[in-house]
Amino acid sequence: MPNRFQEVFQEGLQHRNFIIGGTITSAFFLIALMSYVWTPHSIEDINIAVKFAKPSGDFWLGTDHFGRDIFSMLVVGARNSVIVAFVAIGIGAGLGVPLGLVAAAQRGWTDELIMRVNDFTFAFPALISAIMITAILGPGAVNSIIAIGIFNIPVFARIARGSALGIWEREFILAAKSAGKGQVRISLEHILPNILSILIVQATIQFALGILAEAGLSYLGLGTQPPAPSWGKMLKEAQTLIHMAPQLAIYPGLAIAMTVLGLNLFGDGLRDILDPKLRRSR
Amino acid sequence: MAITLLVATVVVFLVLEILPGDPASFMLGMEAQEDTLSALRAQMGLDQPALVRYFKWVLGLLSGDLGISYTYDVPVSELIIERIFVSLPLAILAIVLSTVIAIPLGVIAASRHNKSSDLIIMGFSQLGIAIPNFWFAMLLTIVFAVMLRWLPAGGFAGWDAGFFPALTSLLLPTVSLALPQSAILARVTRSAVLEVIQEDYIRTARAKGVSRGSALWNHALRNAMIPVVTIMGLQFSFLLAGTIIIENVFYLPGIGRLIFQAISQRDLIVVKDLVILLSAAVIIINFIVDVLYAVIDPRLRGSGHA
Repeated sequence: MPNRFQEVFQEGLQHRNFIIGGTITSAFFLIALMSYVWTPHSIEDINIAVKFAKPSGDFWLGTDHFGRDIFSMLVVGARNSVIVAFVAIGIGAGLGVPLGLVAAAQRGWTDELIMRVNDFTFAFPALISAIMITAILGPGAVNSIIAIGIFNIPVFARIARGSALGIWEREFILAAKSAGKGQVRISLEHILPNILSILIVQATIQFALGILAEAGLSYLGLGTQPPAPSWGKMLKEAQTLIHMAPQLAIYPGLAIAMTVLGLNLFGDGLRDILDPKLRRSR
Repeated sequence: MAITLLVATVVVFLVLEILPGDPASFMLGMEAQEDTLSALRAQMGLDQPALVRYFKWVLGLLSGDLGISYTYDVPVSELIIERIFVSLPLAILAIVLSTVIAIPLGVIAASRHNKSSDLIIMGFSQLGIAIPNFWFAMLLTIVFAVMLRWLPAGGFAGWDAGFFPALTSLLLPTVSLALPQSAILARVTRSAVLEVIQEDYIRTARAKGVSRGSALWNHALRNAMIPVVTIMGLQFSFLLAGTIIIENVFYLPGIGRLIFQAISQRDLIVVKDLVILLSAAVIIINFIVDVLYAVIDPRLRGSGHA
């Protein structure tokens, strides 16, 4: 596996999307990590005297209506986005991939049942499930993670099943069967490693969608709650001040767009490298 | 489709009516008086068994009787009808605009594969996918409402105020919904056309003297429509979600605003009806997409796909 990793990395160095996307994505993760040890200012520093300050050496991107440092809030917001999107993918892949593998291995009515439930879950966009969850449990970061996670399950189940079905037809699976391996062992030892690259690519796409969804939910007040900063919530606050301080609406949006763009480019590049067959159709 | 709809009603009922325990005390909060509680319980029919309540609700949905909103004290159906005249035109305008923008761009990009116009269109498409629609909406507001002062920053003039004032207040919301959608659609159109363009029948058509443009727009596009329509169908649920967000950005009195007001006022009766309405819309649209396949591609007729 380390060799394969090196291979992907070396081929990636010749791929424009992969380099640009990879750079933006790594920067985003590094910034999110950095926020644990250092931010220029504390995000709890409220100082009305310096509210709406212009960008300067002290406040790199200026301050908001409470005099809080915008750059520091963006940095902590990045961490928030990473956590929500990561856990939501964990839920989606953790439940979706096994379901997809079972559906592909069993076929018949199990397959039918799993895929019907899948289609049904798909009919509830993350926002609608989030609305239902918030209506009962109240708004919060955990509830938005659950809502986005639920929406991820059918996505991973569908892609795992679809790619696994193709692998099951291959001859080395027949060999494994005749060697006496059961469905579970074949799924884990032979099917999963062969569909892993497709799943990783899908995970980068879902990561980007998760960041967008988290931002949307927080913007609507259904996600992350104050005082924890989130890019979506910063935009919500900027909205009410749009006539007074339109600049507040620029940075959080740019942060979201850059991150999502980076992840999408990275995912595209990764797909080209891992699955050259798809290159032509894009 | 009917089964899916039925399951949807069961799920929504379970989550919003059984899960909270006693919906009446949930809606009224901790410090509610006992007589107000029992009045609300009676109004919601909570003294009856859950199964009876469920069937009453579903029968009500079918006959258009959605119950009485607790906070507004008017029939929920009236609230919805009032709001749908904002949300539906917005959604339709956004679909039309995004299709009108995306399909030509996708076809142009495919026909100029790997040339500069293709790269520029795809670059914009990448940007469009990455930009959240509510941020785009805010940027449009800053430029057209705050700086240029050409258009209102929010609110809805109402259809009574005349067709054009109403349309003007829907202009920025429509654009902010449509552009990100068209970015995705243009990408799909491009790759679908690229796929089809290499087929033998396109080469045959060209060899028989059909012009390049005609082969592209008349032959290739129609055959490329299947994935495009699929994505349009899938996007509908995103569009609905988008409409909910955008209505809140522009303070439009539509279904999306209503659902948020209902949540903050804990009006579960309205939330329940709206959630099932939105899910039903998504399920029905997906069904229509399946039927459309057969219309676009006669080969799929009778194969059980529709």
